[in-house]
Amino acid sequence: MSDLEIKSAGFVLPVVSGKSGPFPLVKSVNGHAIGAAAIPILLILLWQLGSSLNLINAAMLPSPIDCAISWKRWIIGQAGGRSLDSYNGTWLPSALYSLERVVEGFAIACAIGIPVGILIGWFKSFSILDPTIQLLRPVPITAWLPFSIALFGIQNKSALFLIALGAFYPIVVSASQGARDTAPLLVRAAEMLGARSWTMLTRVVVPSALPTIFVGLRLGVGAAWTAVVIAEMVSVKTGLGYVLWDAYYLGRMDIVIADMVSIGLLGFSSDLIIVWLRARVIKWRH
Amino acid sequence: MAALSELRPPAAEGQPPLAESEKPRGVIITGVSKEYPGAQSVQALQDISLSVAIGEFVTVLGPSGCGKSTLLNILAGFEATSGGHVVINRELVVRPSPSRAVVFQEAALFPWLTVWENITFGPKAQGKPAADHEALAKQLIEAVGLRGFEKHLPQQLSGGMKQRVGIARALIMRPNVLLMDEPFGALDAQTRLQMQGILLDVWEKFKTTVFFITHDIDEAILLSDTIYIMSARPGRIVKRMDVTLARPRSTELITDDEFNRLRREIFVAMKH
Repeated sequence: MSDLEIKSAGFVLPVVSGKSGPFPLVKSVNGHAIGAAAIPILLILLWQLGSSLNLINAAMLPSPIDCAISWKRWIIGQAGGRSLDSYNGTWLPSALYSLERVVEGFAIACAIGIPVGILIGWFKSFSILDPTIQLLRPVPITAWLPFSIALFGIQNKSALFLIALGAFYPIVVSASQGARDTAPLLVRAAEMLGARSWTMLTRVVVPSALPTIFVGLRLGVGAAWTAVVIAEMVSVKTGLGYVLWDAYYLGRMDIVIADMVSIGLLGFSSDLIIVWLRARVIKWRH
Repeated sequence: MAALSELRPPAAEGQPPLAESEKPRGVIITGVSKEYPGAQSVQALQDISLSVAIGEFVTVLGPSGCGKSTLLNILAGFEATSGGHVVINRELVVRPSPSRAVVFQEAALFPWLTVWENITFGPKAQGKPAADHEALAKQLIEAVGLRGFEKHLPQQLSGGMKQRVGIARALIMRPNVLLMDEPFGALDAQTRLQMQGILLDVWEKFKTTVFFITHDIDEAILLSDTIYIMSARPGRIVKRMDVTLARPRSTELITDDEFNRLRREIFVAMKH
């Protein structure tokens, strides 16, 4: 399973062991908590030191403290702040816009990716779809931007399309592999018990593929957040992705940093939700 | 045995063919051979012919690799023959069916289903309403000694317990023949003996026709009415033996004189 995670996403996901419950990162990191947290803390300290000593150009990279203050103002807002400051208490609406798009795009990707993946992996006649998908998969979401705008215009639909596309690939690949990996012995057991085509698909192939599908869901939700920045870049005027570009154009690198951290945290939380869901759904070991 | 008298010889030459109701039931294997083609083709089975009467417990005994699993797969409908055919309950075998339910060596339980759900999988897959099979499911759970474990998942069960679920899962289909593919081969000696005892008890209750394969001589003698000894490369039947031990049997028989006599007879036969 770790092979699948690495190959389909190009980066390494923290591998979740089923043994220590749905939130192993919290438990297993206990012992290494100090070591694990030390590195980012060290980097932030070095960064602050560089800023304080004016070794870092404040216009290009504000100090961590400045970023944190701006972030706080962005979330909570400050009475009497400059009226032209669009980052005064507007964090929540932006985050919600992006969250809504991620949820919708991810849902579309699941609704298409899971059934198509299962059909591709289980039925020879559907496997002809696979080469097309694999040819399109390496095309980055960025490259789809002109196509998306041409098709949907500068609208929410355009952003949704890109987000759904990003999430679709890991989901369809894992669903098809999960279906392909159905144990032949279980298929024989179901056959001799009188299961015909539909029963075999819904009562054997799908449950058997669920662990692999959930790997795809985790990767898919991560890809959805990655796509948010590109998706909101041109297509819409709201959301964290839009804020990233807007703040950059305005020279507000402090907001850019805060925005990146926000996306990271929201992506991390989405992943935790999928992991929690997996623990609720999958109570068995193969 | 009354059941054996149900088996009648095929019509003699010149006679009119048998009417449908006169054809014998049970398992009839006629001239079955199996060849795996390739650069060096392998003759797994050569001209196997034998019959199993209704309610008879037959064991095919042979060393590993002699083709007995292949024979069972053909009876189950998982594999096709290269020659010859199998008729079970007057029906030609071409595909798997609940009327020839299988107990596998590796229990092959569905890991996401509980004991109860595994056992009732077959009837549910056929769309049967719960009321029909609930009583039989409870009876079978009782018979294999798994009362109280209905809500357990397979990962919480020992090897022997999983096999008990496998047996119940097959028997709930009321098969014409129960096919058992070395079901106790993966268990330790102690558990194996316990399982043999359970199988004897269950057989006494349900008197199912059983086609059992194993390499364990003691197991074959303890459980069966008839033993077919098979030798390898190519797989063929070399001897047929009747086991005249009285039923109902118990596992204590394995130290009896008669048991030892049969053991010696088989030993000699298997050496050649």
